[in-house]
Amino acid sequence: MATPTRVKQQALQAKHDALDARLAAMTMPAGGGWIASARNAALTRLRETGLPHKRDEYWKYTDPATLVQPEPVPAALLDDGGEAPVFGEIDRIKLVFVDGVFDSDKSDDPSLAGVEIERLEEASTRDIHWARDLYGTLEAQGQSPVRRPLATLNTAFATDGVLIRVTGKAEKPVSLIYLHKSDTSDAILHHCIKVESGAELTVLENGPAAARFNKVMEVDVAEGGTFHHVRAQGRDHERRAATHIFAQVAREATFKSFTLTANGVLTRNEVIVEFTGDDAVAHVAGACLGDGDFHHDDTVFVTHDAERCESRQVFKKVLRNGAIGVFQGKILVQPGAQKTDGYQISQSLLLDEDSQFLAKPELEIYADDVACSHGSTSGAIDEEGLFYLRSRGIPEGPATDLMTLAFLAEAIEEIDDAEIAADITARLEAWLARRRR
Amino acid sequence: MLDIKNLHVKLEEEDKEILKGVDLSVEAGKVHAIMGPNGSGKSTLSYVLSGRDGYVVTDGSATLEGADILSMDPEERAAAGLFLAFQYPVEIPGVGNMTFLRTAVNAQRKARGEDEISAADFLKLVREKAKELRMDQDMLKRPVNVGFSGGEKKRNEILQMAILQPRMCILDETDSGLDVDAMKLVADGVNALRDAGRGFLVITHYQRLLDHIVPDVVHIMSGGRIVQTGGPELARQVEEEGYGHLNEETA
Ligand SMILES: Nc1ncnc2c1ncn2[C@@H]1O[C@H](COP(=O)(O)OP(=O)(O)OP(=O)(O)O)[C@@H](O)[C@H]1O
Ligand SMILES: [Mg+2]
Repeated sequence: MATPTRVKQQALQAKHDALDARLAAMTMPAGGGWIASARNAALTRLRETGLPHKRDEYWKYTDPATLVQPEPVPAALLDDGGEAPVFGEIDRIKLVFVDGVFDSDKSDDPSLAGVEIERLEEASTRDIHWARDLYGTLEAQGQSPVRRPLATLNTAFATDGVLIRVTGKAEKPVSLIYLHKSDTSDAILHHCIKVESGAELTVLENGPAAARFNKVMEVDVAEGGTFHHVRAQGRDHERRAATHIFAQVAREATFKSFTLTANGVLTRNEVIVEFTGDDAVAHVAGACLGDGDFHHDDTVFVTHDAERCESRQVFKKVLRNGAIGVFQGKILVQPGAQKTDGYQISQSLLLDEDSQFLAKPELEIYADDVACSHGSTSGAIDEEGLFYLRSRGIPEGPATDLMTLAFLAEAIEEIDDAEIAADITARLEAWLARRRR
Repeated sequence: MLDIKNLHVKLEEEDKEILKGVDLSVEAGKVHAIMGPNGSGKSTLSYVLSGRDGYVVTDGSATLEGADILSMDPEERAAAGLFLAFQYPVEIPGVGNMTFLRTAVNAQRKARGEDEISAADFLKLVREKAKELRMDQDMLKRPVNVGFSGGEKKRNEILQMAILQPRMCILDETDSGLDVDAMKLVADGVNALRDAGRGFLVITHYQRLLDHIVPDVVHIMSGGRIVQTGGPELARQVEEEGYGHLNEETA
């Protein structure tokens, strides 16, 4: 009989074996300077934790095996049928990565008033102070109380990415586009974004990126700064992704992130936010449409360590044909974080009985003068509403779509920019219509 | 226009017969009213005609201009010209009233092989009809029926009817919940649609509505059957005497 300690030891061993196997298949990117020491520090931290294992409490609902194993599972490229890419009509600076490698020919000239954009690869040759202070720092801070080894692996081995420093109000968004051209690509990207005091930036992200994609984005929003992030993860169905956003939000600063996900056999999106100054705002939202062999996991951790901060987590998942949706969301209110306003909602619309929504909403509060609420629901489509729409002549398919969009609306409303929100809605409508055919 | 013959309907979930042989014909250009005690099957009849789930037709038929509507999906019945103003209009959070109306109009047009209505024409149409029903713009922008008062919901039903211009209109207790002025507005809305090519089936408990929408024929439904048919005077008799007399006559 295996004793509890023995089981624990075995689990630990498995995590380290997985790491050894993975490391054997990897080489640390060349280059010296500050980035080499950040990478080495990450590797040291990684050796302490090993890689995630499905027995880890934090991976209870999502098996990390394919994210962890040495080689990625090959992922076929999608024939998009000529569908126009998302954000196509939006005036933006495009930075294109192909299978995780920056492609300057496909990218725009990265000059934008008030915004400095550098490629991570070039960073090590120069002493970019702010980046040196940020790279791996928020990721390391985000390892407590829960370990996130895939992010640490990323810090150690990321081969590319961008460093963006914003000193003014950027007049257009920076758009990161991830193209997927090889069905065995394994991409690791790491971006650092520093929004200086009073500055503003919107970052857009889209594209499948690679057969396997590990991405970390560290975002430091200084006093009174504003950062908006809108991401669309769609297209290539067989791709697998583990992404982390680590955000630090200072006094009176704003951080807002929205993700739309359709397709994807495996997606784990983690967002880790920490308020470091009073009167700040952080919203994290997601809408996902899962069909069939689809597993989507949103894991969010918001820490209130300052007064009068407002946080919102709004996650909506539409699941059918056996799709699986996961939500693990936490609001942690530290002692002294008075007048915290924390809100969290996670809901699923299950279009059939085969689909599943697994939710673990958590509140942990150590301050006495706070207003926090959370809720999680799972339900089928409202038959009464559906009949009402049909009785007015709207066929079942479009009527279901209307109700699906209505269900997702609260998440989409988290996008502040009307043009971007309209683009995301149009995308959703097109996806819904395509699935009916 | 609408011909219902010997319609027997039971519940899907339990073996309970609700409609026990309904016979009713509404001719084009006519207004028929149905009155009858609570639970007699009036709403069930309207739901079965519009295609709601949960009922099983065990016998009989219902045709709209000769077409068998019972075999159609609800949306096909709507496209064929059938409209039900619900006794309890449904709230649909997140779906804007305007989006809903436009989608419905265009879906029906598409089903009939017609072109979509232009955005400008649609807006003009909705504004005009909403104004007639004294519905403000704010109600058009809000999600369908969400937060509407009882009377506002009923007016929203009539707005949909005015915009969709169905040929066979069934109104299930549209008067309940309406104040006196709103009842007048709703009646005006119905009367404006009265013409030689359109039929109405008005379900109500009160003579008051029928003062405004004067029916050609009045039926009394009881125990899942039409038990009495007459002219407008029958409604006045019910108003004065109630349904007490039915017991002897139908026993
Ligand atoms: N889904 C159902 N489950 C159980 N009973 C039902 C169902 N639908 C209808 N009934 C029953 O069928 C009978 C007829 O109901 P219906 O709503 O048609 O009556 P009605 O004539 O419209 O009454 P009212 O005047 O109160 O609106 C009632 O006894 C009702 O309880
Ligand atoms: Mg009724």
